[in-house]
Amino acid sequence: MDDIILQTLNGLDKGSAYALIALGLTLIFGTLGVVNFAHGALFMIGAFCSVTLQRIFSTSFEMVDETQTDFLGNPLKVETPYVEAWFGPEIGAAMIDWSVPLAIFLAIPVMIIVGFAMERGLIKHFYKRPHADQILVTFGLAIVIGEIIKANFGANPIPTPAPSAFAGAMDFGVMLGFEPNAIIYPIWRFVYFLFSLAIIAAVFAFLQFTTFGMVVRAGMADRETVGLLGIDIDKRFTFMFGLAAAVAGLAGVMYTPILSPNYNIGMDFLVLSFVVVVVGGMGSLPGAVLAGFVLGILQSFASMNEVKSLLPGIDQIIIYLVAIIILLTRPRGLMGRKGVMEE
Amino acid sequence: MSKSNFSRRGVLKTGAIAGAGLALPTYLRADGHSGYTNAPGDSGTVTIGFNVPQTGPYAEEGLDELRAQELAVEHLNGEGDGGMLNTFSEKNLQGDGILGKKVEFVTGDTQTKSDVARASAQSMIQKDGCIMITGGSSSGVAVAVQGLCQEAGVIFMAGLTHSNDTTGKDRKANGFRHFFNGFMSGAALGPVLEGEYGNERQAYHLTADYNWGWTTQESIQAVTEGMGWGTTETVLTPVGAGDFSSYIAPVLNSGADTLILNHYGGDMVNSLTQAVQFGLKDKQVNGKDFKIIVPLYSELMAAGAGANIEGVIGSMNWNWQLQDEGTKAFVKSFGEKYGFPPSGAAHTCYVQTLLYADAVTRAGTFNPCGVAEALEDFEFDGMGNGPTLYRGSDHQCFKDVLVMKGTENPTNQFDTLEIVDQTPRAQVEYPADHPMFGGAEATLGTCNPGA
Repeated sequence: MDDIILQTLNGLDKGSAYALIALGLTLIFGTLGVVNFAHGALFMIGAFCSVTLQRIFSTSFEMVDETQTDFLGNPLKVETPYVEAWFGPEIGAAMIDWSVPLAIFLAIPVMIIVGFAMERGLIKHFYKRPHADQILVTFGLAIVIGEIIKANFGANPIPTPAPSAFAGAMDFGVMLGFEPNAIIYPIWRFVYFLFSLAIIAAVFAFLQFTTFGMVVRAGMADRETVGLLGIDIDKRFTFMFGLAAAVAGLAGVMYTPILSPNYNIGMDFLVLSFVVVVVGGMGSLPGAVLAGFVLGILQSFASMNEVKSLLPGIDQIIIYLVAIIILLTRPRGLMGRKGVMEE
Repeated sequence: MSKSNFSRRGVLKTGAIAGAGLALPTYLRADGHSGYTNAPGDSGTVTIGFNVPQTGPYAEEGLDELRAQELAVEHLNGEGDGGMLNTFSEKNLQGDGILGKKVEFVTGDTQTKSDVARASAQSMIQKDGCIMITGGSSSGVAVAVQGLCQEAGVIFMAGLTHSNDTTGKDRKANGFRHFFNGFMSGAALGPVLEGEYGNERQAYHLTADYNWGWTTQESIQAVTEGMGWGTTETVLTPVGAGDFSSYIAPVLNSGADTLILNHYGGDMVNSLTQAVQFGLKDKQVNGKDFKIIVPLYSELMAAGAGANIEGVIGSMNWNWQLQDEGTKAFVKSFGEKYGFPPSGAAHTCYVQTLLYADAVTRAGTFNPCGVAEALEDFEFDGMGNGPTLYRGSDHQCFKDVLVMKGTENPTNQFDTLEIVDQTPRAQVEYPADHPMFGGAEATLGTCNPGA
């Protein structure tokens, strides 16, 4: 039983990332009709906002310590971060320690600007082109962004730890009445799950309870009629692209303590998230969220030794297997809307 | 009246044979005067191919290999301070290239993909006229490129490849490995693990699902079971899985008190980080502190894992902190040129390039069969690992192996690993027909000069 709960928790945090990326993907598809294969790159840019802020806070000046030597036997150059010199050792160290959550404030404007630039600069020229063209150009864009990141940050994963207050694990089992140490779960993964729930709730609230959101939803349902009412729906959809980019970016920012980011992290998530969108139903926001969590949990269960001993290799194919079954039984996906990609 | 002997059928037949001959890859055509592939002839230069991952998961290792290889070329051509040429036990290399020919090089990107690496090596041999190929950061790639070099008739001096198979069941007469292997890691780690953690432990293996992972697990498992440890579970994990949490979670309640991560590169960084996040290092099982072991370490991985690596034991082929003269000379050359100490991958590629050059000089020819003969059963010193033997029967180097531990209180950014033990060469030796290395059936085959 404790193993099942543990794998469910594991699936929830993985599903959180899938859901957040898929939410942005389907938001862009639902509004602009673009299949954005560069969406994983947006997740990666978000992750590297964490790395960048950590590096900014850790930028140091050198002082030569004559009492110590470096690896070549020369006097050691001791590095002191500027933030520690300016704000004192305690505040400076705390800023470096909390650089991942603080990166949220850097990522929001960066991601909105990147989203606007991507949509206005490139993707808008492909609105009337076939989906295959959109996939090719956005996939190419993802490769270019990945290479830029690699040129600037190297190819190896970069450790970006969670604040020390959230490091380590908590005894989740005790909270549920199990024996101590039965269900140990990393604190940051739980924080990530709660964070993703908050982001998903905020996006749905924005679309459901604001006039702007109402117009966007109306535009998603019938773009022409909304246009005939004199509303500049294109401008709103461009904003939605920026919003989707910010959602993907925030998902990336907070994921860095779970998975040290490298230039390929976006690609790792993109394909799975695209399957999540298809399973959830193209253009369906609740479908993307539901499918994200369901597939995350299923993938987690498929990795259990008991399951793998019965079905070797199932952990590698479970998501695609489920996608095939769902598309065979429900061709529009779990919550797909009629008419989407059916013309 | 003269009569022509040409018939239509004869012309077509001759044309077809000539066309087929011209269409053959250049490396399959005999070099008229030399009898081996890409013979430099009267040219004043000779070209070697550095085939390393410059993109993909092992790109950092590959780029460090490339730095060291470029440094080796500088030293061979008489530039710089000479590095290990000053400490190498053989004194044949005088800084005037190889056999008086200036050394040039071309580089290729393996992307850590076997097919890409083969294509890159093939291009180096066919188009660039490379006489030797070296480098690489993956056993899958090494085995693939070694096979290609055997067919093409050039020498392959393997880079970072740790699988038993490279000089085991997949050994080749034209291939040589300086780096150590999984068996040697196990042999070196065993006594240290027994001394540190006793002989009553339960080990849980997470293993990368390819030939390096399989042979490393087999080697480590044989050693730990031999000293009395039990094996709770062995689980294969996909290469590049990223999030290993679903594989780590079952470890928690498995009854195991030791996790052995047969992972390398980014996979090791991720799996170790996530294992620490799940509280494994703080856990107590069977009345003992839970321990994590990483059979193969690299400095680049240690830097990627950050503080998570503290206290974790693993093994290495070489480390820049060694205090022998060869190591000091290489670290000085590399450190002054690039500003940081070299990795183990860089060291093995640097040494391989010098060893090849020395073998050519001793053989007096670039003919791969002559070079192979010069390398076989060659004993040398001054290259950072103490007295070393290039065994003739499997083309594997035998030398001391280092057991390392993640530094508990690092004093600077390079202070990530500390040397726990320098296991003597005799302790890591094994017969060439050992069952883990293909048994009696494994053979080098015959040397192929390519012509």
